[in-house]
Amino acid sequence: MADRRKYVIPGDVVTTGPFRPEQNVILDGNKIIATTIGISEIYDDSVKVIPLTGMYIPKIDDLVIAKVKSHTSLSWELDIHSCYVGFLPAQDVFGRDFSAHADELSSKLKTGDLVAARIANFDRTRDPLITISDRDLGKIDSGILVEISPSKVPRLIGKRGSMIQMIEEATGAAVTIGQNGWVVVYCESPEGLLKAKKAIQMVNEQAHVANLTDQVKEMLDKKGES
Amino acid sequence: MGGRDATMVLLDENGIRCDGRKIDEPRRIMIKAGGLKNADGSAYIEFGDNKILVGVFGPRDVHPKHMSNTDTGILRVRYHMEPFSVGERKNPAPSRREIEISKVIKEALEPAVMLEKFPRTAVDVFIEILQADGGTRCAALTAASVALADAGIPMRDMVAAIASGKVADTIILDVNNEEDQAGQADMPIGYMPSEEKITLLQLDGVLTPEEYKKCVEVGVEGCKLVYDLQKKALHDKYFGEKAD
Repeated sequence: MADRRKYVIPGDVVTTGPFRPEQNVILDGNKIIATTIGISEIYDDSVKVIPLTGMYIPKIDDLVIAKVKSHTSLSWELDIHSCYVGFLPAQDVFGRDFSAHADELSSKLKTGDLVAARIANFDRTRDPLITISDRDLGKIDSGILVEISPSKVPRLIGKRGSMIQMIEEATGAAVTIGQNGWVVVYCESPEGLLKAKKAIQMVNEQAHVANLTDQVKEMLDKKGES
Repeated sequence: MGGRDATMVLLDENGIRCDGRKIDEPRRIMIKAGGLKNADGSAYIEFGDNKILVGVFGPRDVHPKHMSNTDTGILRVRYHMEPFSVGERKNPAPSRREIEISKVIKEALEPAVMLEKFPRTAVDVFIEILQADGGTRCAALTAASVALADAGIPMRDMVAAIASGKVADTIILDVNNEEDQAGQADMPIGYMPSEEKITLLQLDGVLTPEEYKKCVEVGVEGCKLVYDLQKKALHDKYFGEKAD
């Protein structure tokens, strides 16, 4: 596996040959060139680079944590920590019989509120359309917001959720991870809350370390004794 | 400028230049990626006595809105010299020269940055010249590429830049301030080594066609040296001691 993974920066040739270029690589002749700083991975027929830096780019079906920026009489504008503004239509919250005259949007969501939301639709021509009408989605009433780099989100989740499960079990906290790098932590006990927050920040800062799961586990256990 | 010695020997009989360099030797170059907390990406470069700081923001919302493009993102570059960057105080208002260099650097970066991935957004590059000693546009372009990569903006390749020129009828690499003032020609070159494409080429002075060719060749070789340092700066920041 060691030779299949490589640290790359823009312009580096990842490999040559008949591969399909996926995320963050371009095909130039028969050379596959990285376009961002990251770790390249070569599969049987495709190549991709996992980025180590960069902004969140919305993707359909992503779960994100959003902050209400403002609203008009028909929709809310949400800050999704991206270069685009999330658009949440009022029908999504009030239902089909929404009337711009009768219903006041700020009665449901006020400026500054946090919501767990899903990207319903997004393409190059329009701002991302957000929905909160689904199970587990909607306004977040309790917990604290922790900001991490969007490129570190996969690391925080870990293989099949191993990292986040471990943090949740060790601290008793409930963690909601948005793909945009915003994470909401809720915990009954203040110690658990602080510990979970510290663990998440540790993952954010040391995402490149090889045996990070063990180190985070060690940190969580040590704090538990004292 | 600044009472320089007009009779200075730019190139002595042993092929040594006024600051002790050989004809194909660049000045000392130090590049550092990152360093600014509030910018999305940043870089600092010391290129001889030039000291330049670059901050990058974006992709982000375009203001004023009418500047945005629905097909692609836009790149905005501001090249600015601090009042204390040169011998005599420089007025901090943008001068004709600074506006030109901003445009030239923007156009040199555009082929490298994949702006078409972010329609309706802007990427802002702010270049501050803290200390100037000839060849700031090349050093600024070099640092701007590193800062863009640090910001995680997709790029086809990084742009490395250096100037070649002619003094005492000899083609030299990396023109310094004295050689720029008293020399015969100055040719800043921006080059994408992996793509093998030139993105910036200016020429101030007179060269024969043969000298012109030689000058471009020398410049491109110099850019490859700079490129290695750019890569090293990013490796140091992101992969630390375990760089491969």
